[in-house]
Amino acid sequence: MRLSGREVGCVRGGREVFSGLNFDATSGEALAVVGPNGSGKTSLLRLIAGLLMPSRGSIVLEGGEAELTLAEQSHYLGHRDALKPALSVSENLNFWRDFLGGEKSDPAESLAIVELDHAAHLPAAFLSAGQRRRLSIARLLTVRRPVWLLDEPTNALDTSGQKLFATLMGDHLARGGLIIAATHMPLGVTAHTLRVGDVS
Amino acid sequence: MSALGALIRRDIRIAFRVGGGALIGVMFFLTVVVLMPFAIGPDLALLARLGPAILWLGALLASLLTLDRLFLADHDDGSLDLITMSRSPLELSCAAKALAHWLAAGLPLIIATPVLGLLLNLDVSATAAVALTLLAGTPALTFTGMIGAALAVTLHRGGLLLAVLVLPLSIPVLIFGVAASEAAITGPLSFGGPFSILCALSLFGLVIGPFAAAASLRHGLD
Repeated sequence: MRLSGREVGCVRGGREVFSGLNFDATSGEALAVVGPNGSGKTSLLRLIAGLLMPSRGSIVLEGGEAELTLAEQSHYLGHRDALKPALSVSENLNFWRDFLGGEKSDPAESLAIVELDHAAHLPAAFLSAGQRRRLSIARLLTVRRPVWLLDEPTNALDTSGQKLFATLMGDHLARGGLIIAATHMPLGVTAHTLRVGDVS
Repeated sequence: MSALGALIRRDIRIAFRVGGGALIGVMFFLTVVVLMPFAIGPDLALLARLGPAILWLGALLASLLTLDRLFLADHDDGSLDLITMSRSPLELSCAAKALAHWLAAGLPLIIATPVLGLLLNLDVSATAAVALTLLAGTPALTFTGMIGAALAVTLHRGGLLLAVLVLPLSIPVLIFGVAASEAAITGPLSFGGPFSILCALSLFGLVIGPFAAAASLRHGLD
């Protein structure tokens, strides 16, 4: 499997964020997108996720499931956690398992991996920022998707949480997954670096 | 299909939890209809004549009241991104959300109608006629209102825009809903004519609404 972008350009609100971006990532590879604030890291991830349209260029996934689009084979972990405060931790996770579809694993197991099993019946409103992030990570584990698009994934995570997530990313890559992460911190896994928005 | 079932179950569950919108609509409906006899005065004949119109107006405003939250909440917490990316077509997801909204916010209004009919001096058959027209007509309000709710999300304007966009679309529903109810109560027109048009409006909304809402959401992604 190979995800590649050719001469990708992005325009937001009439302003060109970046242009002429080329990148490649194959199965088992991680790509760390780095750049200053406002350089378009999030925009690039949203382009790949199909949530924005590129103004120029193309992004293609080769060797995936032919009948599914790139977005349908991707997990997007954004700034917003997509959690409903009124629902409990396990209700939130079970919803995404049922709704997203595809290959699934036991949500209880994923909660145990991210160390949230003790809070499974707690409404998500009572979770801390780090716990909300852990719950979002549990979504990545519960539903299998080959491409992970991560936007500042380790934000709000404590040191042990960052280590745990690095291990989980390592496992995902070892299974032939592919990771594109916008980050300011070292990812904790071997990664190629893609620089966006360098004003030279 | 299990994906859409999960979406419907989730939205209904949220609506009935603390802070959910399901009971707000019913409470509003209750308030409007309970206050009306006090405002009009103790003229039973007048109340009975205005009854269907009051019930319909209350139900229409109550169902519009919570509609602007239909996509806004999902947009604000990022769920809409994942719903857009998922393997279920966005049109069907929109339809599922509207159906859940109708089940949680529209159906309770219809269930409350018989009780409120008593306050307006409507007899059993008249109340049944109003409830039946509400059952046929409120889906049209939800499914056309969904278009406004989707536009409100993509244009970053909240409730006011929704009211301006949706009210014109809901006027035909109101006209034929009240016409059908009054035809059933007092005649001389037949009940079937306006009621068929009411059903047609709902079916029309059912088909157009999800596509228009999904197109609006797709276009306005950011």
